[in-house]
Amino acid sequence: MPNSRKVRLAVKYEEDFVRLKILGDPGVECVHVIANELQTALKDLASTTIMWDLSELKQMDSALALLIVKDIQRAENSDIEVLLTPMENDVEKMLNMAKEHAHFDSSFEPKAIGFIESVGTNSVRRFKDMGAFFGFFGQMSIIFFNSFYHLRHMRWKETVFEIHESGIKALPIIALTMFLIGVVVAYQSASQLKIYGANIFIVDMLGISILRELAPMLAAIIIAGRSGSSYAAQIGVMKITEELDAMRTMGFDPYAFLVLPRMMALMIMMPILIFFADIAGVIGGMLIAKVELGLSPSLFLERFVEVVKVKHFWIGIVKGPFFALLIATIGIYRGLQVKNDTQSIGFNTTKAVVESIFAVIICDAFFSIVFTNLGY
Amino acid sequence: MMQNKKIIEVQNVVTKFGKNLVHNGLNLHVNEGEIYGFLGPSGCGKSTLMREIIMLEQIKSGSIELLGHKIEKIRSRAAQKIRMQWGVLFQSNALFTSLTVAENIALSLQEYTKLSPEEIKDIVAFKIDIVGLKQFDGTLYPSEISGGMKKKAALARALVMDPKILFLDEPTSGLDPISAREFDTLILKLRDLLNLSVVMVSHDLTSINNTLDRMAVIDNKTIVAEGTLEEIKQIHSPFIERFFNEGLR
Repeated sequence: MPNSRKVRLAVKYEEDFVRLKILGDPGVECVHVIANELQTALKDLASTTIMWDLSELKQMDSALALLIVKDIQRAENSDIEVLLTPMENDVEKMLNMAKEHAHFDSSFEPKAIGFIESVGTNSVRRFKDMGAFFGFFGQMSIIFFNSFYHLRHMRWKETVFEIHESGIKALPIIALTMFLIGVVVAYQSASQLKIYGANIFIVDMLGISILRELAPMLAAIIIAGRSGSSYAAQIGVMKITEELDAMRTMGFDPYAFLVLPRMMALMIMMPILIFFADIAGVIGGMLIAKVELGLSPSLFLERFVEVVKVKHFWIGIVKGPFFALLIATIGIYRGLQVKNDTQSIGFNTTKAVVESIFAVIICDAFFSIVFTNLGY
Repeated sequence: MMQNKKIIEVQNVVTKFGKNLVHNGLNLHVNEGEIYGFLGPSGCGKSTLMREIIMLEQIKSGSIELLGHKIEKIRSRAAQKIRMQWGVLFQSNALFTSLTVAENIALSLQEYTKLSPEEIKDIVAFKIDIVGLKQFDGTLYPSEISGGMKKKAALARALVMDPKILFLDEPTSGLDPISAREFDTLILKLRDLLNLSVVMVSHDLTSINNTLDRMAVIDNKTIVAEGTLEEIKQIHSPFIERFFNEGLR
């Protein structure tokens, strides 16, 4: 291995010229030593005749050759003479090759973009993005309604697989999280209610908040993180590996094969997941009501039936398919937006999760207003 | 000359994937300055052998010596040093898609040397020219260039540290015949200019004829023949007869 400590540029003043001699056997990892010493040396001898002494080198790599060729060109441009000592065959070959193939004037820096240009390109891109999303939504709607006319064309096997994959497998984590949320909410409110002696109202509070808002939202957020991201990543990779193109040429519509089963699966499973989230949340609350407030489960349930109207349950469940539609659409759309490089997979997967959670919250707010104004 | 110095020596290499025996005692060696080829039918483990030499797969038993190191018991530091002395061109090019061609080529220099950005740029420009790309191509992303250009860009990346050995996995596959012949010429030229040793896996008969100095034919888990093209053709083996006779008609 070449040793960077031994590599050195010796500067020697002689009668009519300065001799620059390279000592040691510089590989690419220690060419910077020569480069730095050359810089320092050149400060003093800007207009002196230079002799490059390469006689001690057995071989030379391209980094060093380029450095020397560049210096020779610099000198020749300012009419300074450059001398070369005789050198080994391989070294000369390399030097000639560097001369022939060097391009000291090229630049690979990306073109700088001005503020106005960047605003413009960004706006156009966003606008096109939006158009693409509507286009995608339209195409999906067509397939969606078509599939009701031709139920036997529906990919039931894939749908069932997706129901298992993104619905049933998500059940434990959703139930556990919702149970804990029930515990936390009940615990916090119990201490407040105790002050007023309004222990029994914990049932009203938990029942309505969990059934109406907490369970649907939490289920949607977990599904967005779990399935939204996996849809985006999977379809994105399928796009890069040209699997989607292969499907198209074989006459399988990717929308019918990939998009619809996932969408249907989530829309079927979301209400069911919300139902189980309801149960888990209420059990969590019931536990705390017993421990903290001494409210027995039978009393809790009796009061529950009395005060929590069934409409709250239905409002929570009804949101499910809408949330599912948003999550599936955004996840798949983001997957299809993946370009031909690996970075855009990460980018679009992140976008899929963030956008679908955001869309779910907006949708929830919208439902809130609508149901309240309708008097539910 | 140093013509007969061995830079790679493979001894009794046995490879097993689960219960599937891939190599049953391979022996071969590559001399310095040689263009060496691994030949054989699909699935005979040519690429696997190459992956073992470049330390991506483990061998079951036997030994591989590379630039004076036994790689089956090499320390990670020495391994890192060796990695800086070879260049690998993968079959699918494996360019980093999020970087431009120039950035792909510059990566090792930025990581392993203390050269200034200006010097790195000069080296990148030089390597781009040497493999026959235009300077402008350096600013493009891998998704924006054709298959042949990707191959050249990947070769430029493999050559950037002035390696001693170049590993090529089916370098001419996916290229049109004209580009493939250009690639052969390029490899021969680079070998002469840079004193490279080249190890390649190839199926391309013309390429084998044009470039290889010596080769090994792997079939039925062992080396059926090793030597120059003329020597190989003398050997009676079903694969060799079919490969060379039917292919060259």
